[in-house]
Amino acid sequence: MSEITPELVRHLGVLARIQLEDEEVTRLTRDLDAIVENIAKVSEVASDDVPATSHPIPMQNVFRPDEVGTMLTVDEVLQNAPDRDGDRFRVTAILGEEQ
Amino acid sequence: MTDIIRMNAADLAAKLASGEISSVEATQAHLDRISAVDGDVNAYLHVNDAAVDTARAIDERRAAGESLSELAGVPLAIKDVLVTTDMPSTSGSKILEGFMSPYDATVVARSRAAGLVPLGKTNMDEFAMGSSTEHSAYGPTHNPWALDRIPGGSGGGSAAAVAAFEAPLALGSDTGGSIRQPAHVTGTVGTKPTYGAVSRYGSIALASSLDQVGPVSRTVLDAGLLQDVISGYDIHDSTSIRREWPSMAAAAREGAEGRGLKGLKIGVVTELPDSGFQPGVAASFRDALAKLEAQGAEIVEVSAPNFEYAVAAYYLILPAEASSNLAKFDSVRFGMRLDVPGTVEDVMSATRDAGFGPEVKRRIILGTYALSAGYYDAYYGSAQKVRTLIQRDFAAAFADVDVIATPTAPTTAFKIGEKIDDPLSMYLNDLTTIPANLAGVPGISVPSGLAEEDGLPVGVQFLAPAGEDARLYRVGAALEKLLVDEWGGPLLDRTPALNGGAR
Repeated sequence: MSEITPELVRHLGVLARIQLEDEEVTRLTRDLDAIVENIAKVSEVASDDVPATSHPIPMQNVFRPDEVGTMLTVDEVLQNAPDRDGDRFRVTAILGEEQ
Repeated sequence: MTDIIRMNAADLAAKLASGEISSVEATQAHLDRISAVDGDVNAYLHVNDAAVDTARAIDERRAAGESLSELAGVPLAIKDVLVTTDMPSTSGSKILEGFMSPYDATVVARSRAAGLVPLGKTNMDEFAMGSSTEHSAYGPTHNPWALDRIPGGSGGGSAAAVAAFEAPLALGSDTGGSIRQPAHVTGTVGTKPTYGAVSRYGSIALASSLDQVGPVSRTVLDAGLLQDVISGYDIHDSTSIRREWPSMAAAAREGAEGRGLKGLKIGVVTELPDSGFQPGVAASFRDALAKLEAQGAEIVEVSAPNFEYAVAAYYLILPAEASSNLAKFDSVRFGMRLDVPGTVEDVMSATRDAGFGPEVKRRIILGTYALSAGYYDAYYGSAQKVRTLIQRDFAAAFADVDVIATPTAPTTAFKIGEKIDDPLSMYLNDLTTIPANLAGVPGISVPSGLAEEDGLPVGVQFLAPAGEDARLYRVGAALEKLLVDEWGGPLLDRTPALNGGAR
């Protein structure tokens, strides 16, 4: 089942927004191949008649009254920001040159 | 007077209430201990400068005649996965170095309200991913029983702090065994409550359908006292259960009286044979069962045929959920940002590469793979079905028995560095603890003795049906009483002296 290649790992890095170095790609390809081979066994027992469980304790959707609760101030929200401009988070360009 | 740092939380609380010891004295004694030994142990990432002031305020309230909670004035260590307003919260990661939360985790707020005195934040595997605390970005924690060995993980810091008498109580979190397995390897007690029994608000999320916060201590009663403080419904966590809980401390006290064992049915899992455990671990487990049986408990074999798929299902569900939860570390709103040229996505990708350690990257990439188009049904979908099968195994077993018992982990503490390059063998450390997280049931680890071949601690794990946490405290305290009476004192009396290693 496993088909972990360096190209796939590099692609997963792009999806996960982690800029992997070549050496990391090599190591992750090896690790993932071994891990996937071992975890693929879940499909052995997961037959069509078994329902999936997403949460261990079944719960109804939870609503609460739409009331203003404890709020953070703007300064509290921004206190850990790597960079800010007044009341806003400041980042580098959103779009690249070619976009 | 017995050395303050060696007292159990319950005994210390009684002396605080009677005025024999002040909270300032108790807190200072622990800070002194941390200064003396934590250079060797590395249980703490941060020590609270304000701890003595907090303790003094409790002493003043007590002197003024205020009625305080049972644990008021008792020092508490807090796992760094739990956010605190007065200390940094890093979850063991470089990406959150220096992060100051604008709010307290609910369990921290409840602990403060009960008058517990935060001593500091404890070391852990980065974002709670690991079984040895070697994946902390701030260096490994060392096991007080043998400093060249792991203290378990991810909550190795909390367990080691309690085992090394650097705190009487600690808070932990358990996603696949991170409270129970460290308890096993350090000769301490740890409980993973029922999923939803304790609020996770302010617990930096790893895998939201598995995470649960719980107590770490040296005795079953102390764990019960702390669980009583932190459990209960929280409007900030929609997965927390709306119900009244019986007192776990009361259950532990009943258990210690020894009456609860007669006729108690204890299940032993056929699919976890002794051959799967280190001989000394299996022997200690069998001795513990024999003690319980001699007091009238009945040992019954139960079958859990799907447990063998639990680790595989866990290493699909956890990475999938973690890859999503850790998307918030985006270099925009908080945490590390690398000063590199390019768009916000370039900065984000470079920051996440620099800020996350190897195990975190491994699991994010694995989770991204498991959730990607074309693989979702085969992996994540199948893992969720295994979850149903494991719940059915538990339901069938608990139709026949009151609790299930297993050794808490396959081996005693291994050497630091021994498994760090072999993720698969590291993952198997949680073989016996993972099923409880997948099914949401509660579990406790209680020391059962030392393994004959290496003299290192072993724990027995008890599991109960969801919502029946009190049963764990009853049987855990009963076993603890029998063993401590036989040993002539707590297991931790036998830890080697820690000399030097000043922080």
